[in-house]
This record gives sequence, structure tokens and C-alpha cells, in this order.
Amino acid sequence: MAAYPLLVNGTTHTVEATPDTPLLWVLRDTLNLTGTKYGCGRGLCGSCTVHLNGTPVRSCMLPVAAAAGAAITTIEGLAPDGLNALQHAWCEHDVPQCGYCQAGQIMTAAAFLRDHPAPTEAEIDAALAGNLCRCGTYVRIRAAVKDAAAAMQKEAAR
Amino acid sequence: MKASPAPVTRRDFIRVSSLAGGGFVLSLALPRAGLAQAAGALDDTARVFTPSPFIKITPEGIITILAKNPETGQGVKTSLPMIVAEELDADFSTIVIEQAGLRDDVGAQFAGGSRSTPDNYLLLRRAGATARAMLIAAAAQTWNVRAGELTTENGRVIHAATGRSLSYGELATTAATLPIPDERDVKLKSESEFRVLGSRVGGVDNPAIVTGRAEFGMDVRLPGMLHAVYAKSPVFGGRLLRANLDHLRTLPGVRDVFPVEGGTEITGLLPGVAIVADSTWAAFAARAQLEAVWDESAAAGQDSPAYAARAAALARTRGTELRHDGDVDAAFTASAKVIEADYFYPFLNHATLEPQGCTAWTRDGGIEFWTTSQTPGPGRDLVAATFNLPKEKLKLNLIRAGGGFGRRLRNDSMVEAAAIALRVNAPVKLTWTREDDMRHCFFRPAGFHHLKGAVDAAGRLSAWHDHFVTFGYNSTATPAPSAGMSPDELPARFIPNYRLEQSLIATIVPTGPLRAPGSNGLAFVMQGFIDELAHAAGRDPVEFRLELLGEDRLVPPTGGRGVPYHTGRMKGVIRKAAAESGWGSALPRGEGRGIAFHFSHQGYVAMVAHVAVSPAGELTVKHVTAVADVGPIINLSGAENQMQGSVIDGLGMAWLQEITFAAGRTVQSNFHDYPLLRLPEAPAISVHFIQSDNPPTGLGEPGYPVVPPAICNAIFAACGKRIRSLPIAKNDLRWG
Repeated sequence: MAAYPLLVNGTTHTVEATPDTPLLWVLRDTLNLTGTKYGCGRGLCGSCTVHLNGTPVRSCMLPVAAAAGAAITTIEGLAPDGLNALQHAWCEHDVPQCGYCQAGQIMTAAAFLRDHPAPTEAEIDAALAGNLCRCGTYVRIRAAVKDAAAAMQKEAAR
Repeated sequence: MKASPAPVTRRDFIRVSSLAGGGFVLSLALPRAGLAQAAGALDDTARVFTPSPFIKITPEGIITILAKNPETGQGVKTSLPMIVAEELDADFSTIVIEQAGLRDDVGAQFAGGSRSTPDNYLLLRRAGATARAMLIAAAAQTWNVRAGELTTENGRVIHAATGRSLSYGELATTAATLPIPDERDVKLKSESEFRVLGSRVGGVDNPAIVTGRAEFGMDVRLPGMLHAVYAKSPVFGGRLLRANLDHLRTLPGVRDVFPVEGGTEITGLLPGVAIVADSTWAAFAARAQLEAVWDESAAAGQDSPAYAARAAALARTRGTELRHDGDVDAAFTASAKVIEADYFYPFLNHATLEPQGCTAWTRDGGIEFWTTSQTPGPGRDLVAATFNLPKEKLKLNLIRAGGGFGRRLRNDSMVEAAAIALRVNAPVKLTWTREDDMRHCFFRPAGFHHLKGAVDAAGRLSAWHDHFVTFGYNSTATPAPSAGMSPDELPARFIPNYRLEQSLIATIVPTGPLRAPGSNGLAFVMQGFIDELAHAAGRDPVEFRLELLGEDRLVPPTGGRGVPYHTGRMKGVIRKAAAESGWGSALPRGEGRGIAFHFSHQGYVAMVAHVAVSPAGELTVKHVTAVADVGPIINLSGAENQMQGSVIDGLGMAWLQEITFAAGRTVQSNFHDYPLLRLPEAPAISVHFIQSDNPPTGLGEPGYPVVPPAICNAIFAACGKRIRSLPIAKNDLRWG
């Protein structure tokens, strides 16, 4: 066991963990940030997606030792004061069925839209290809990302 | 380590802005202290109006509706309370929805068979209407006017003659003093008066889901909680012979490691090794070091190639005759065209994205559970029977599940959690690894169909023979769970000469229901072979199907058991699917449309798929048109979501998924070898409902079986390759 400083959603925590512990389980079991989900443990489904210095990563595969010192954002910290454009669009389109994958979908989409403010449908498809939705809400995810992009552009133009 | 602020749960959200029309904003999140006051008021029974377990109205105006059934993503936490709110005549967007635990005063609580809507529609309408009648009576008493002069709208009772109105909250304390009328005397709204039902309402948990604050089964946290995994024999049901338990006990974070003897009932507590640790990861890491020897004596001959060889051998024999109408052999001799084909669909895993798990806490002589079970009542019964505990000592909280699809109809994780909790002096959360979840399932059973069919000189389907080779659980006499087939399955009852024979392969593989059980494999076979016969007859596949269904009528089930089949409703969805999809219009070379229909769970569904197959054999599903007749729609947004999801799920299943077995164990382990469909592969989907006046039924299931045959029939139309064996990915689609 060793102590690691973790900067999560703007707050620094010092956590005790074995160095190989995936960041996912530190977030969930130690920091009680359960919005980040376990789906496969092998980087195959994307449910555990968080941002590491702004880049989407699979927290189920990232050892806590490798995350120490970086700025980590989870779904709980994406829009601390309410809903951002993506979360709003997700509600507008009533995207979730079971909802289990949606935090990972939104985290991937958030990083994508930051770098691609006006994406094509094909770009959206490619960006989110690594996030599985078992319930099959893909057509709504596609529409919600498109709408969120438009809303963010409108906001930026003001 | 700094303490994190307590996460806000669903119960902390009061939604106050417009939900109707698809717009819903999280406008107010009350801190716990704010709700504590309201919660206190809820307990003040003298002031609070509680005409039934489903409704509470406080003098402060907080209306709470109980969501009675387990929510697994099918949307009942939203749609069932909508039914109450409709008859109550309250603004749904201001209502607090409270998830019920398992209780004894709200009727059966389960998520299965697409039954939530049909079983609860009248019950919940009456609950809402009764409360509304009492609120009207309270206002009549307050104003000393006749109840007949009063109307309601959006949570208020109105006396139009004097322009007065009172909110339900203002009337709550008076209404609480009134006698509850006999529900049979309470008038229900006519459907033309509906404001809530049939509208688009977003899921009540959406704001919590998109902010990571919704609580799923795996998110349950309790003070001092420990974490557990449960390792079972890779050969189903094998007993533990020996294991390196002492070594595991020395690993970091591990609190306890112990064997559980378990029994032999496959749906009960099976033998295993429990590992209890300080964190999920510590438990997972220890499990990875488990070296166990299990009794694998049942494994001999239990693998997929052996099953296929056995099925091929059985196909050359005569099976047990389950039905024989007319004279099939004579019809084959007399028919213009006879074709034969072998169809196969594989075993499947439900692969809920949230793996199985359960939290349990033993105290005060009983156990409290936080479960994602689809059948909490039978789960409680299983725990009571297994550990000889009185049912009253078992309390079940129903927690939102990350997908169900029938997997959580079985309560294996609950009984495992109980076994662990009874030994551990703390709350304990059992979490299955994805690998455990993939390997230990009640799999959708595979099936082999050896078919022979004929069309007569007029191009009509005239004879059908199916030798169905399926599985028995350790048996060649009785089909395994969900492995049987009704002798009424289409085209039985619709053609003069029909024969169904059945043979069984004995298996040790646990099987069970998966979304639209039975139908999810059979529709592929029946709608595929009907398509083959239509082409053999040189007929249009839509016209051929409409002719098969015949005159509009109600076709009764054979022997009075089962559900009648309304041909008019089915023909209606077929015609609409054809019309909406542009059936018959020209397509480029390498593209094609396929039609399929199926009746299950009281729902009539037809779909047209439009696909493209490149000469190199690459499949693109461009568009799926889905039409359903399930009576009136409760929540239009949720209903469309279920149909869209059924299309994606059905396509992923048909295209990609197969579970196989080797030496009595599951070969696949995770999403790399059991893939789900991905976003770029998702087609555009159009959903249409024919809202007939039939009683409403559920939509979780009836769409799913129709997708594979619609896709496969479209592939044939596109490139001439007939898919008779799933998954599609194993077929060579190259052409040209």
C-alpha cells in the first residue's frame, strides 16, 4: 500500500491503495464517486470513462499510480453547478434506458466536442464507437450529441 | 484523505419544470435537510392524504407516487406512475416518484413478460381516480357545494361557477378524514380526456443518470460495508474439491475467504468460494489468484461441436410428434415445389452492462437486501428456503438495475450475497466480475430446426414440417427452461398440413428466459423459411405473408390454452411497415429490403430492414422501419426508446453474438469475444405505433424477435445469400 495524491474534480485527495489498483475502484470505493461504472474491467466497454488532464481514459485500466498528480474529472465534476449542454441534450432526447453506460458516453462526448465543435454524424459515430450501450440507445445518443454541439456553438457565438 | 461530500441521490431531486414535450431541466436540488422536513410531514398520517399505498399528498402540496415494480431500463419507474397521475389529474412534472421496496400491499412486483403495463393499468388508474374523487369530495365539503359541480386540473379542484379553486395540498388534510370509496364506484376518465398518457415524458431518473448520481445496484454504499466476489466451478454446478484459500487470506485487503457448500439446484445456491475484502479491487485481485480444483465429472461431451453433431444425427431420426394437422407427407408429394433447409440459432448471454451483484446486511435476526432482481418476491422465497429463515425477517430494497433482459429473473446473486452476509458481521456488497457474468448465466438456449416446406400450384404455402432439436437440462424427456416450442407456433393453425417433431439433447448448461424467450429464436426460423417459400413460389414476400394470415379474424389457441391471434392487427402492422419503408421501390444493386413479423407478449410487430451488402461481403444496415400494435401507448418517448433499443439489440444479437461451450464450460468471457453492436453500426430507425383500442401491453419484448429475420431476409434480397445460421458474422456474404 502507498499514498497517492489525486486531484479529482478540483479537490485533492490522498488515497491509500496498492499501486496496481485501477483508478476506477479508487473513485468508486474510496472516494464514493460511483457515477463512473464498472462494465468489463478490460477497456472494452467505455462505462468507466473519465478525463485525465482533459483526455478521456478508461479508468478500469489505469493504475492509480499513473493517475497521481493529474487532473481527473468524473461525471460528477463535469458540470458541478447543474447540467451542461450534453447533459441537457441527453434529458431532452430522453436518451437513457437503463442508464448504466450513459456517464461514460457523456464523458467521451464531452472531450470530443471540445476538440470538434461542429462534428459530422460520421465523426460522432467514430468518436463514440468505443462506448457500448447494451440497451441500444445509439440513435438517441447520436441526436443528442448533434444537438449539444449546436447548442454549444450558439452559446459560443453570443 | 478528505471526506467527499455525500452524493445527492434521486430522492433529493424535486423536478419542478416542464417534463411534458421532452423538456425537463433539473431546476431544484434540495439538500437532505430540506427533504427531512418533508419526510417528517409524510409520516404525520393525520395530516397526510394516503388513500392507497400508491399516493401521498401532504398539506405542503408534495405529491408522491410510488413506483411499484423493479426498474431495469424498461421505463416502468416513469410509465407506471404516469398512469396514476393521469387519473389523479396532477401535473406529472411536479410529482415525486418513490421507488417501492418489496411489500405486500401493491400487487405482484416483478419485471418480466412485458407484464408491468397490462397487469397494472387498471389497478393504477383506479388508485388515481379514487384519490381524485376523494379530493373532489373534500372540496365539496369545504365549499358546501355538490361534487358534480367540481372539476380538476393539474393538481387543483375547481369550482367554475364561483371561480374558486384549491390545490390538492390544501385539500389533503380534509380528504384524509373521508371514507375511501369502493373503487368500483369510482369513474375512470375516458381515453379522450387523457393528458399524461400517450405524451412524451422523460425518464424520472434522467437528471440523476446524466450527472452520475443515480444509484444502481453496484453503487449501493452502507456504513462499514465490505466487498465480495463469489467464484464458482467453471463446469456448471461442480463441487469444490480443494483450493488455495490460506494463500488468498494473506493478500492485501482480504478480510475473509471461505468455501460455500451450496446445493445441486442450478437456480439456487451453487458451490463456490467467497472472498470478502476491503474493496472491490482487493476482492477481484484475490480472485485472480484463486487456484481451485472442482469436480468436473459432468463435463464429458458437453461442448458445442458435440451438440451440433448430435443435432445432425437426431435430424435423421423421427422426433416426438407434438402436432400433426392434415397429411404433411401427402401434401409434399402433391405440391408444386418442396424445399428443405436447416436453421440454427446459438446460445446467448444477456450481458447486462451492470454485471450481477447484490448487497446484503445481516442484523436483528434477518437480512436486508439491496437488489436489482426482476423477481424480488421469488428471490426472497429462495433465500428463506435456502437458509431456513422466516420471510418476515427478509427486507428487500429494489435498486435500479443496469439492464435486465431476463437475466435478473434468476436470483443467484441474491442467494450468494445472503450466504456471505450470514457469515460476515457487516454489510457486504457482492459484485460479479464481467468474466463471471459471461460464464455463469441462464443462457438463451440454442436451437436446431430441420425444415421442409411446400407451395402449391397457386403459390400458396401448403405444407410445413419442422423437426426441432432442442435441449433438456440433464434430460432427453423435458425441454430445458425457455427451450421448448409451442405447437401453435406460426404457421401452425394457418395452413392445412403442418407437423412439428421434437428431439432433445441433454445438457448441463443452465438456460432461462432472455428478452422474448422462445420467440427470439423461433421468429428468425419461421420468418426466414417463410421468406424462402415465398421466393420459391415467385411471390412478393409481403403479399405471401398477408395471404398466409388470411381473413381478418381472431384465431383461437389450440385447446383453449394460450392467447388468440388477431390476424387483422398483424396484417395492419405488416401493411404499415411496407408502406412506411417504401416496400417495392427500386434499390441499387447490392441493396435489399426484408420483411418479418411476429406476435409475442400480446404485441403485434412487423419490421422492414433495408441493408446493403458490398461484393466483398461487408454488411451495412441502413434503415429499419418498425411498426407495433400494443394498444394505446403509455409514454410515447419510452415506447419509442424500447422499440429502437429492440432493433439495436436484435441486430447486435443476430449479427455478432454466440455463446459456445467446451468441456462443460463457457468459452466466451468478455466483450472482446461476445461483442455488442457499436454506434457506427447502428442503423437509422423509424418507429410507428398503431394505437388500437385493445388493452395496452408491454413493449420490452415483442420487438426484439422480429429484427433478426427482417435483417436476414433483407440480406437475401440484397445479395442472394440466405442466412440459416446465426450469427450473421459467421456467414460468407461475398457476391458478384
